[in-house]
Amino acid sequence: MKKTRLSYGIAALLLSLAVHGSIAGQKPAPNEVTIDNFSYKPQTLTVSVGTTVTWINRDDIPHTVLSTDKTTIVSPALDTDEKFSYTFTAAGTNDYYCSVHPHMKGRIIVQ
Amino acid sequence: MRGEIIYDHNHDGIDRRGFLKCMAWAGTGVLWTVYGGVLKSYGLDKVISGQAAPAKGALSFVQISDSHIGFSKEANKDVVGTLQVAIDRINALPTPPAFLLHTGDLSHLSKAGEFDTLDQVLKGCKAKDVHYVPGEHDVLNDNGKQYLARYGKQARGDGWYSFDYNGVHFVGLVNVLNLKAGGLGSLGHNQLEWLEDDVKGLGSDTPIVVFAHIPLWTVYPDWGWGTDDSAQALSYLKRFGSVTVLNGHIHQTMQKVEGNIAFHTAMSTAFPQPAPGTATSPGPMKVPAEKLRSVLGITDVNYVQGKSSLAIIDSPLAS
Repeated sequence: MKKTRLSYGIAALLLSLAVHGSIAGQKPAPNEVTIDNFSYKPQTLTVSVGTTVTWINRDDIPHTVLSTDKTTIVSPALDTDEKFSYTFTAAGTNDYYCSVHPHMKGRIIVQ
Repeated sequence: MRGEIIYDHNHDGIDRRGFLKCMAWAGTGVLWTVYGGVLKSYGLDKVISGQAAPAKGALSFVQISDSHIGFSKEANKDVVGTLQVAIDRINALPTPPAFLLHTGDLSHLSKAGEFDTLDQVLKGCKAKDVHYVPGEHDVLNDNGKQYLARYGKQARGDGWYSFDYNGVHFVGLVNVLNLKAGGLGSLGHNQLEWLEDDVKGLGSDTPIVVFAHIPLWTVYPDWGWGTDDSAQALSYLKRFGSVTVLNGHIHQTMQKVEGNIAFHTAMSTAFPQPAPGTATSPGPMKVPAEKLRSVLGITDVNYVQGKSSLAIIDSPLAS
C-alpha cells in the first residue's frame, strides 16, 4: 500500500514537471506538439501506432490542426492554452497545417 | 501639406521618406474621399484638427479593420474601448463619411457574442451604412456560415459583392476561406469568374475600389501576407484608369503603387503587429500601455479632381 502511494507520488511529480516544462517553453512532452510563434514544435514527430498526440496552443492567436487531406485530422480553432488530441490508429505519414495560417505546416509519422 | 504623401500614377510611386513614414504610422482610422475619379486618404486626427481639409462635395468614406472583438491578451485588454475611440473620432469628423468599410477580423474567435458586441459599438457611429468583408478570425469552425448570415445576406458565394456610389465601383472580396497547405490567402475560381463578369460592362474611366482582408499584393509570404491568385484578379482591373486596393490583416499601414493600382493596408483598432521579418512571428506586438493608441488607427479616403493622385496622411488614435 505504502509503495503504491509512493508510486502515485512520483507519477504526480513527473506529470507536474512535464506540465511545468511545457509552460516554460522547453522541449514539449513526449507525443505533444506545442504551437508557438506560428509554428508546430516539433515540426515532425514520429510515434507508434495507437499513440495519442496532443497539440497545445501557446500563442495569443487561435490556430488549428487540419490534415492536408482535410478529413483525417480536423481540430476546432484552438484559443490560447487550448489542447486538441488525436489517436493515430494506422501507420503512415500524416501532413497537416493550420487552416487559419496555412504557411504553418507539420508532420506526424506513425510507425 | 505636412504628413501627406502623394500617389502619382504617372511616376514610379511614393518617395522613400514618405514610405518609411507610413511604415511607422499606426493610427485609428482613415477617411477616404473620392472626387473627380481620384481617391485620397486623410488621417482622422488631421481632419478633426482642421490641418487637412477634404474637398467639399467629394465622396468620403472611412475604413476600419481588425477590431478583433474578444481578444483580451497583453497586447490590448480593452479592444472594445479602442474600437469605441475609433468610432468617436469618426463621429468627430466635420463632414460625416458616406459609409464605413470594415476590412475583416471583426471578431477574434467567430463567437456570436463577439459579433454582437461589434454591432453594438458600431450602432454608435453616425455613419450607419457599413460594408464588411470577413477576416480569417470571422470564419473559424463553420467556414463562414455565421458571418454570411449576419453580414453577407446580399452577397454572392462566400460573401463577395459589389456596389456603386457616386460613380465609384466598390468590390468586396473574400480571401480567407479554403486556404491550401503552404499557401497564402485565396480568392478561388468561382470568385474570380464573378469578378471578371462584374467589371466587364464598366467604362475604363470608372474609379474602382477593391477591398479584402488579406493583402492582394505579396507583402511577406513567410508570414502568409499575400494572396495566391490576386494577380488573376488584378488582371481584370488593368484597363481601368484608377484602381485602389484597401486591405487589413497586417495591423499596420503599408502602401505600394503598381501601374494604375494603388495598394494600401489599414491599421487595426485592436493591437499592432510587427513589421515584416522584424520578429520571430507575426503575433500581437506588445507596446507600453501609453503608446498603444499611437499604433492603432482608422483611414479616411477622398478623391481629388484633376490630378491622378492619391494622398495619404498619417493618423494615430493618439500621438
